[in-house]
Amino acid sequence: MYDIIVIGGGPAGLSAACSAFENGAKNILIIERDKELGGILNQCVHNGFGLHYFKEELTGPEYAERFVKLLNETSVQVMLDTMVLDISNDKIVSCINTKDGFMQLKAKSIILAMGCRERTRGAIAIPGDRPAGVYTAGSAQKYLNIDGFMVGKRVLILGSGDIGLIMARRMTLEGAKVLACVEVMPYSGGLNRNIVQCLNDFDIPLYLSHTIIDIQGKNRVEKVIVAKVGEDRKPIKGTEMEFECDTVLLSVGLIPENELTKGAGINMDMRTSGAVVYENMETGLEGVFACGNVVHVHDLVDYVTQESARAGAAAADYVLNGEKNGEIITLKNGTGVTYTVPQKIRLTDNMKNAEIFFRVNKVFGLSKINLTSNGEKIASFKREHMAPGEMEHIILPKVLLDKAKNEILVEIDNEV
Amino acid sequence: MFDVAIIGGGVIGCATAYKLSKYNLNVCVLEKENDVAMGATRANSAIIHAGYDPEPDTIMARLNVDGVKQAKELAKILNVAYKNIGSMVLAFSEEERETVKKLYERGNKNGVPGLEILEKDEILKREPNVSENVVCALWAPSASVINPWEYALAFAEVAAVNGTKFIFDFEVKDIKKTDDYYKIISDGKEINAKYIVNAAGVYSDKIHNMVAKPTFNIIASKGQYYLMDKAEGSKANCTLFQCPSSVGKGVLVSPTVHGNLIVGPDATNSDVKDKVNTTGDQLEFVRLTAAKSVPDINYRNSIRNFAGMRANTDRDDFIIEVASEHFIDLAGIKSPGLSAAPAIADEAVMLLEKEGLYLTEKDNYTLNREHIVFKELSNEKKQAVIKENNLYGRVICRCETITEGEIVDAIHSPIPAKTVDGVKRRCNAGMGRCQGGFCGPKVLEIIARELNISPLEILKDKNGSNILANKTKGEK
Repeated sequence: MYDIIVIGGGPAGLSAACSAFENGAKNILIIERDKELGGILNQCVHNGFGLHYFKEELTGPEYAERFVKLLNETSVQVMLDTMVLDISNDKIVSCINTKDGFMQLKAKSIILAMGCRERTRGAIAIPGDRPAGVYTAGSAQKYLNIDGFMVGKRVLILGSGDIGLIMARRMTLEGAKVLACVEVMPYSGGLNRNIVQCLNDFDIPLYLSHTIIDIQGKNRVEKVIVAKVGEDRKPIKGTEMEFECDTVLLSVGLIPENELTKGAGINMDMRTSGAVVYENMETGLEGVFACGNVVHVHDLVDYVTQESARAGAAAADYVLNGEKNGEIITLKNGTGVTYTVPQKIRLTDNMKNAEIFFRVNKVFGLSKINLTSNGEKIASFKREHMAPGEMEHIILPKVLLDKAKNEILVEIDNEV
Repeated sequence: MFDVAIIGGGVIGCATAYKLSKYNLNVCVLEKENDVAMGATRANSAIIHAGYDPEPDTIMARLNVDGVKQAKELAKILNVAYKNIGSMVLAFSEEERETVKKLYERGNKNGVPGLEILEKDEILKREPNVSENVVCALWAPSASVINPWEYALAFAEVAAVNGTKFIFDFEVKDIKKTDDYYKIISDGKEINAKYIVNAAGVYSDKIHNMVAKPTFNIIASKGQYYLMDKAEGSKANCTLFQCPSSVGKGVLVSPTVHGNLIVGPDATNSDVKDKVNTTGDQLEFVRLTAAKSVPDINYRNSIRNFAGMRANTDRDDFIIEVASEHFIDLAGIKSPGLSAAPAIADEAVMLLEKEGLYLTEKDNYTLNREHIVFKELSNEKKQAVIKENNLYGRVICRCETITEGEIVDAIHSPIPAKTVDGVKRRCNAGMGRCQGGFCGPKVLEIIARELNISPLEILKDKNGSNILANKTKGEK
C-alpha cells in the first residue's frame, strides 16, 4: 500500500511528488510511461522556462533537471517505462511494464498528472487530400529535438499556439523556410513574447482571421490553400491564397488527457476538459487530486509547478489527517469568462485564501473582474489588458470568501 | 508460371486468394500499391449489410445474404474485429414508411433473417439519440460491423501462409494472351499466369479492356466520412441508415467495431479515380444530413475525416463473369461488396473451375489466423503474454493501448507492415484520438529498428509519402 501514487512524471507530477514528500507523506510512487522523467519539457530545448518560479531563464530540460535533483533527495520511488491502464474508484492502479508485467497497486491517495495532448487535423476537420507532411507541432518538435530529424523544408503553420510559434523559429534556425503562421481567430492564441521572438524577429507573417481550406498533395503535401474567414469563422470566397509547401504544422490547441479520470468515474468539466476540482486540487473522488495540464491547459510551466505543489501538499494532508469537510461554494462563469479552476471552494477553518485561475473569452482592454454572490459584491480586481491566450489569476482571502453563500459569480466588466 | 494471377489486393482479391489457397495451385496477387487493402477496402462504412437492399434474384442479393452468414464464422476463425449489432433503416415520413415496407418485403424474398418493422416508441427506447421525427424503421438483426481492412489482411495473411505470393508495386500496364497463358506486364516486370481474376476495383474496366471488348464502365463515386472519438460511440447502438435513394444507401450513423462513431458518406461522382480528398462543403452536407437521424452529434469530437471511392458501374448488378477464356471479372463490386466478399470469392473459384482449372486440396493448409490484441486479454493473460515476450509490457499507442509486441508482430506478419499506416491497419496503433501524434515517432523508430533501415526511408503510406525530410544540422 502506497501513501500516494502520482500518475505522470512530467512537471506536474514531479512538483506534486516533491511537495507531498516535504509535507510529510512517506511512501510515494511516481509512475511514468516514458523512459525518463521530465515529460514534454525534455523536447522543449528553447529557453524561457522558470522566469516566474526560479527568477532565471532555463531551457525545458534544465527546468526538469532542477526537479529531478530535488526528487533524488527524497525517498520518492519512480517506476519508468510503465503505463497505467486503469484506476478504480477504490484507488487501485492497474499498470504494466516490460520488467514486472501486469501490476495492481493500491494507494491511499492518487495524484493525476497525465498532462495533455495536441488537437489534430481530424479534430478540426481540415478538408483535402491525406498526404504525409501534416504533423502536430509537438510531434515535429519531438522528431527535431529528440530524434534529430527535420520533417520538411517549406512549412506552413496553422494556429498560433505557443508550440507552433516556437517551432516556427526552431525550424527556421534549422534551415527550413517557414512561409506563414495562420490563425483562425482575430487574435493570437500564444504568448505575446513568442509572437515577437519567434515570428516578428524572423519576418514570418502572421495571418489572423485566416484558415486552411484545402491541403493538396498525392503522397506528400504539395500545396495549401488559405482563406480569410468572416466573423462566423467561415471562409470568405475570393480571399484564397496559395502556399507551395511540403509541410503543415498544427498548433490548434491542447486537450487534457483524462481517459483514466473518466474511467474512474470522476466528475468532469466540459469547459476545461479536465476534472472538476476543489481549491486544494482534489477531484470529486475523495483522496484523488489532479494538477497541471490534465486539469486545464496552462501557459507557463511555472504555474503548473505552483498548482501541483498545492495538490501535493493537499494529498499529504489527506493521507495524514483525512478528508476535509466544509461549506461548498460553486464558482460560476459570468460574462467574458470561459472557465475557472477551481470550480468549487470548500471553506475550512484553517484555510488562508483560495487561488482562482481563469481565462477570458475575448481580448479586453482596461476592465474589472467582478466577484459577486447572489447579487452582493465580494471583490473587484482591475486589469489593463486580458486575452484568451494568457491565463488570469486572483487570490481571494478567507475573510472575503466568508461573505459568499453557495456560489460566487466571476464576470468581466469592461465599462470601466 | 502461376496457375492463377489475381489482379488487385483489396478485400475481393484477398478473399479469392484465401479461398484458392487450400488447393494445389500456384497463385499470386498483383497489387499496384505497397500493401493490401489500399483502395475502397480501407475507406468505406465498414458495415456487413443484412441484404434487404438488392433487388431479388440478382447476383448481388444472393451473394450479400451468403456473405453475411460467412462473415460471422470467418471473423471468428480469422480473429477479425466484428460485432453483430444489427441495423435500422429509419423512416421520417409516411412516404418513407412505404420504402421501409418495400425493403421489408424485399429482404424477406432475399432470405434475410429476423426482419421487423419497429414503431417510434420502440426505436427511441433502443436508440435514445435518434430524432423525435422518426416514424418507423426496418430492424435487421443480422447486420454487423467489421474492420474491413483487417478482414482483407486476415484473408491475405492466411493465403500467404498457405503459399500465395503477394507481389506489391506491380501496376498492370498490359496483358498479352499467348497460346496457353497470359503475359501480365508492369513497368519492367512481367508475370505469366494461366488464369486471371480481375479484382482491380475502380480500375477493373481498364484491366478488362486489356483482354476483352468493353462491356462496362466504372463510374467512380466518392463518399466522405467523419470518424468520431469513442466519447461519441454511444450515440448509436446499431447502424442507423436513412431510406435509400437512387445515389446510394445515404448517410449512416453507426458505431464501429472499435467503439468509435462513423458518420457518412455522401456520394459525388469523380473523374479521377484515386482522388480521395475531402471537401468542406460535402463534409457539411454529411453533418446536416446525419442530423436528420441523430441531431446532437458533437463534431468537436471528430478524430478523422476520410473519403473512399465506390466502384459503381453502368450496370446494376455485380459483374461476376467470364470475360474471356481463363479470365474472370469480379467487377463493379460496389456496396454491398464488403458484405458479399467471401461469397464473391466462392463464385470466382467456381467460375475458374468451370473454365478448366483443376482443383485438388492440399494435404496441409490452414484457414485460421491467430492475432494477439493485448488490451482485450484478461489480467492473467496479460501477465502471461508479457512473461513470454516482454515487449507486450510496453504501451506505444496510449490512446488505443497498443503494445510494442503487437507492433513488432505487425512488422513480421505474413504480409509484413512496412509503413506507419501499414502498422496502423494491422494493430490499430495511431487509430485513436491523438491520431499518432504521440506514437507516430515511436512506431517509425520501431519499423526502422526491425527492418534495419534509415528512419528517412520510412513511409507514412504509399510510395513517396516519406515522413522525415533530412537529419538536423548537428546529426551525422
